[in-house]
Amino acid sequence: MLDTSAFDLRRYIQGNTHNLGVWITLFALIIFGLLRYENFGGTYNVSSFLNYNAMFIVISVGMCFVIMAGGIDLSVGSVAAFTSVIAAYLSPYGIQVALPGAVLAGIAFGALNGFFIVVMRIPPFIATLATMLGAKGGALVISGAQTISIDWSSNFTKLGLELAFGVLPWTIVITAFVVVLFWIILEKTSLGRTVLAIGGGEDASAMMGLNVRRAKMFVYVLSGGCAGMAGVFLASGFGAGQPLEGIGWELTAIASVVVGGTLLTGGMGSITATVAGALLLGLVFNILNFENGRGVISLSAYWQMIIRGAFLFFVIVFQSRVANSGKRGTH
Amino acid sequence: MPNLIEMNRIKKSFAGVAALQSANLNVTPGEVHAIIGQNGAGKSTLIKILTGVYRKDDGEVKINGNVAVISTPREAQDAGIATIYQELSLVPLRSVTENVMMGYEPRTRLGLINWTAAHKRTQEILTRFGIDIDVRAQLGSYSTAIQQLVAIARAVSMNAQLVIMDEATSSLDDQEIEILFGVVRELKKEGVAVLYISHFLDELYQICDRVTIMRDGQTVAQHVISETTKLGLISEMLGRDPEEIKAAGMTGLGGNSKAPGEVLLQAKSIETGRGLKDVSVAIRKGEIVGLGGLLGSGRTEAARALFGLDTLRSGSIARGGGKSAFKTPAEAIAEGVGFLTEDRKREGIIPHMSVRENMTLALLPQLKKMGHVDRKRETELVEGFIKSLGIKTAGMEQPIRELSGGNQQKVLLARWLALEPDILILDEPTRGVDVGAKLEIQSIIREYVDKGLGILLISSEFEELVEGADRIVVLQDGYSVSELQNPGVTEESLIAAIAHHHERTA
Amino acid sequence: MTQDNHTAVASDTTRKLSWGMITQNGGVVALLVILLFNVLVTPNFLHPQTLFVNISQVATIAIVAVGMTLVIATGGIDLSVGAIMALAGAIAPLIFTSAFAEANPELGLALAIIVPIFVALLCGVFNGAMVSFLNVQPIVATLIFFISGRGIALVLTNGNLQTFSNPAFSYLGTGKILGFPFQGYLVIVIAVAVWWLMAYTVFGRQLLAVGGNERAAQLSGIPVKRVKIGAYVICAGLSGLAGLIVVAINSASDAARIGNLMELDAIAAAVVGGTLLQGGKAPIFGAILGAIIIQLVKYTLLANGVADEVALIAKAGIIILAVYVQQARKE
Repeated sequence: MLDTSAFDLRRYIQGNTHNLGVWITLFALIIFGLLRYENFGGTYNVSSFLNYNAMFIVISVGMCFVIMAGGIDLSVGSVAAFTSVIAAYLSPYGIQVALPGAVLAGIAFGALNGFFIVVMRIPPFIATLATMLGAKGGALVISGAQTISIDWSSNFTKLGLELAFGVLPWTIVITAFVVVLFWIILEKTSLGRTVLAIGGGEDASAMMGLNVRRAKMFVYVLSGGCAGMAGVFLASGFGAGQPLEGIGWELTAIASVVVGGTLLTGGMGSITATVAGALLLGLVFNILNFENGRGVISLSAYWQMIIRGAFLFFVIVFQSRVANSGKRGTH
Repeated sequence: MPNLIEMNRIKKSFAGVAALQSANLNVTPGEVHAIIGQNGAGKSTLIKILTGVYRKDDGEVKINGNVAVISTPREAQDAGIATIYQELSLVPLRSVTENVMMGYEPRTRLGLINWTAAHKRTQEILTRFGIDIDVRAQLGSYSTAIQQLVAIARAVSMNAQLVIMDEATSSLDDQEIEILFGVVRELKKEGVAVLYISHFLDELYQICDRVTIMRDGQTVAQHVISETTKLGLISEMLGRDPEEIKAAGMTGLGGNSKAPGEVLLQAKSIETGRGLKDVSVAIRKGEIVGLGGLLGSGRTEAARALFGLDTLRSGSIARGGGKSAFKTPAEAIAEGVGFLTEDRKREGIIPHMSVRENMTLALLPQLKKMGHVDRKRETELVEGFIKSLGIKTAGMEQPIRELSGGNQQKVLLARWLALEPDILILDEPTRGVDVGAKLEIQSIIREYVDKGLGILLISSEFEELVEGADRIVVLQDGYSVSELQNPGVTEESLIAAIAHHHERTA
Repeated sequence: MTQDNHTAVASDTTRKLSWGMITQNGGVVALLVILLFNVLVTPNFLHPQTLFVNISQVATIAIVAVGMTLVIATGGIDLSVGAIMALAGAIAPLIFTSAFAEANPELGLALAIIVPIFVALLCGVFNGAMVSFLNVQPIVATLIFFISGRGIALVLTNGNLQTFSNPAFSYLGTGKILGFPFQGYLVIVIAVAVWWLMAYTVFGRQLLAVGGNERAAQLSGIPVKRVKIGAYVICAGLSGLAGLIVVAINSASDAARIGNLMELDAIAAAVVGGTLLQGGKAPIFGAILGAIIIQLVKYTLLANGVADEVALIAKAGIIILAVYVQQARKE
C-alpha cells in the first residue's frame, strides 16, 4: 500500500516553501536553454552534462547530510582527488574492484573526520580542514604528483561510456541510485531523522536518548564515501587519477546545498532540492558554453567564477529575506 | 508500598568540588514527589544522575528494588524514566510527530518508518491530554506550553514509570499550568510517578504528595506535603529558624512610599509586533513601577519597546521634557535608561570577560579618553562597585563565568548603575538568585530609588511586586488594564486584578 | 584545600600577563622544540639568510592571520582572504604599468598601493554587511568572494602572468632596513597596532564583547553591526596589503596563484595561536606565533628534504593537535 502521507500536498508545500525557488529557477533555465539553443535538449548535451555533473551531485548529497546534522565537510574535494588516484591504480582489476576500493578509501577519510569530531571533539570546520590538507598531501604522495592513467583495457572505462540498460551512462544510473537511496535514508529511517534532530538541537537529541555520536559518525562516513564515489567518476571522466583536482569542490557542494534551501545551521534540508541546486549551478556553465558557442559574446572561463559567486549572492539574499520575514512571523 | 526509585547515599563532585554529599531519594509508584532547595543545593545534579546525564561517584540507585546502572539518557528512558527539562529538550525545527516518536518510530514491514501510523499514534496521545493540533507542523510553531505537553506526551508514549519535571511551569501561564496539572493528575491515575522540581512552593501544595528538601548537596528532610507549612519548608531549605525569617519579612524591597516625583518616561498606547497591543505606563523619579501580569501578558515586550529594541507600530513614548523615544538600545543608554534583562546567561554576561570588563561594557563610550579606554577611571569605578554592592569575587580580573548567579547579577546591576541612569528597567532581577543575594539586590535597588532613580520592575513573584512596587500596572494579553497603588496592595488584590476579565474595546 | 586555593589565585594572576598566556598555549614550547630541532639537524639553519627567507615568507601569513584573528574573535570566519589578496595583487601592477603611471611615477606608485587596498576594504565592507545586515553565516557570506574575487582578478588580468620591474614597489617585498626585510618590520608594526586596538580601545573591547555574547553586547548599547563590519574590513585590508607584498616579492603577479589556500594558513595560525573559534578572544601575538610555527614546520620539512606534500599532512596534524589541546583545556 502506498504511504499516503508522503503525498500530502499541503504538507509538501508547507515543508518546501524555502526550496521552491531552486525548482522554479532550474525549470526557467532549462526552458530558456531549450528555446535559445538548438542542441541544448539533444541526447549528447543532456548525457554529457549529467555525466560531468554526476560527481558534483554525489558529493553535494553527501554534504547535504553533513550540513543537516549541523556540521560541515571541507575535505570532500581533496578526498575525491585522492580516491581518483586509488581508482586509477585499481582500474586494471576492473570496475568491480576499483569502485568499492575507492569508495572504501573515501569512507576511511570520512571515518577519520568522524573520529576527530566525535571522539576528539574538534569543531567540524577545523577537523575537515585538516583532513582536506592531509588527503591533498596523501594524493600527491601516492601519485608522485603525476596524473595516473587508468587501464584502458579494463572494464573500468565502461563506467562513463557504456549505456546502462541501453539508456543512460552507468555514471548517471549509479548517481540516481545513490540519490534515491539517500532520500529513503533521510525520509524513512530512524537514522535519517536522527540526523535532522541533531542539526535541530544536539543536546536535546541526546536528552531524547538518540544515539548522537553514531549519527554524527554516520554523516561523515557517508560524505567520505560520496567523495570516494566522486573520485571514481573523476578518474573515469578524465581517463586518469587526478591528484591535483578537487580544489574548491567542497565549496561548490556547499553552494549546491545552500541553493537547494537546506539550512546551513542544520535541522532542515532536502536531498531532492540539493540535487536541483547542483544541477542549477552546473547548468549555469552549460548555458555559458552555449552562449559562447553562438559567438555573439565571448566570456572567458574566468567569468564562470564571477557568475557563480553572483549567483550564490542572489540566492543568499533571497533566502535571508525569506528567513528573516519568517522569523518575524513566528515571534 | 515498595519504592519505584530508591537513591541511597549518592555522592558526586565536579573537579574536586562536592555537589552531592550524601543524597537520598525514594519515590513510590503513582505519587507526585517534589524536590525543593535553593540554587546549588544539588537538585539538578541528583536528577541528572538518575537520568544518566552524569555518573555518580558513590552510592546506589535502585529501580523497583533492583540495583540499576544507568549511564546514558537512553538507558534511563528504557528503564522507564522520562525527563521534561526546564530548557526544553525537544527539536523545534522538526514536526510534532517526530518529537514524540523520535527513536521509537513505528515501522513498516520493510523496516522503514511508517509515517501514517506515527502521525495517528501521536494524535491519539495528544488527544488524551485534550490537545488537538496538526502533528505534522513544526513543533516550533506552537507555544511553549504546547511544546511542554508534547514533551510529556513523548514520555507517556514510551510507557514511562516515572516522569521528571524540572521547573516545568516556569514559562507557563496560569491556564497552561492548569492543563499541565490536569495531565499530572491523569498520569498519577495511571500509576505513573512524577518527580516535580519547582521554585514555586504554592504549586507543590496543589499537586504534590510528598516533598524532599535539599540543602548543600544533602537531602535534609522528607515530608508528606499536607503535614508541612510554607514557612517550615523555607526554613528547612535555608537552614534557618522560621521565626527569624518571619520577622525579617520575605523581601527587602519594601520601603517608604513618598510622594511621586516628576515623570521621566511616559508610554501611551504603545503597540509592537511582538504581542504588545495597547499599553500605557509612566515611570516617575524615585519610584518603583511594577508590571504585573502572567507570562505572555506583554511585560517583557513592554520593557523591550521602552528600551528601543522593538519598533512601535502605534502609540508614543516620550521622555520627560518632551524628548522623543529611542530607536536603539544605544540611544536609550545614551539617554540614561538601563535594562537588566531576564536571561542572565544569554542576554547578560559575556562569559570570557572579566568582572571589570563586564561591568563597564555599557559605559565604554563614556570611558573613552583620547581614543582609548581610561583604565585608571575604569578600575576605580569597578573597585567602588565591588565594595558597595558586596560582590564576592577573587578580584576584578576574574572571569565573570566563575562567579555565582547572585554575584553575576550584582555585576550586571552595577553595569547599569555605573551609567548613573534616570531609569532602570529590571526584568526578573532576582530570578535564579539565592535568598541571601536576593535580599541584598533588593535593598541595593531601594537605596538607589531613594536617591531618585525611577524603576520599572517586572517580576513573576507576586510577593516581590506587592512589597516592592509603589504602583503596579497590570497587563493582560498585551493591554494595560488597571493600575494598583501602594500602600494597600495585597497579593490577593494583585491576583484578583490579573485574573479579572477586563472588557476591551477592540 | 587552602593550598589549592592559593595556587589557583596565583595562576590567575599569571594569566593576566600575556607571556603567561602564551606559555599556557604550548605554542612557545612548540616553537622552541622546532628551533632546537633545526639547530641540531638542519644544515645552515643559523645562517642569517635562513632567517631572512623565513621572515619574508612568514610575513604575509602573519599579516592575514592578524586580520583573521579579529574576524574569528567576533565569532565569524573569513574564507575570502586569499581571493582578496589575488584581487589586490592583480590590480597593483595594472596601475603602475599603465601609461598614466609611467608619466607620473610617484603618483602612480601611490595609487598602486592605495587603490588595491581600497578595493580590498570594499570587499571587507561587503563581507561585513552580508554577515551583519543580512544575517548570513560568515562561512557562506565570505564564500561569495572566495569564489568570485579570484574570478574578478583573473578577468582583469585575462589570466596572464604580469611581470614587471619597479624597484620602488618591490621595496614592499624585498626592501631591507638594518639588514632585515622590510615586511618583518611591517608585521611588527601591524601586530602592535592591532594589539593596542584590541587591548586599549573601545572598539577592541566591543569587538570581544560581540564575539563573547552578541545579544548581551547589543543590549549594552554596543553597535554590533558596525563592530562586525569593522572586523571584516580590517581583515580584508590586511589581506589586500599581504597581496601587494606577495606581488612585490616575486616582481610578478599571477592572479591564479596569489594567496591560494591562504585562508587555511591564516585560520591555522590563529587557532594555533590560541584564538577560540567560538569567538570572544583575540590573541594577536598568538596569531603571529602561530604563523611562525606553521612557517617553520614547512621550512624544516623542506630543508630536510621532505616533500612539499608531506608538509601538508604535517600542517594538518598541527591544526588538529592545536585545537585538540584547546578543546581539552576547556573541559
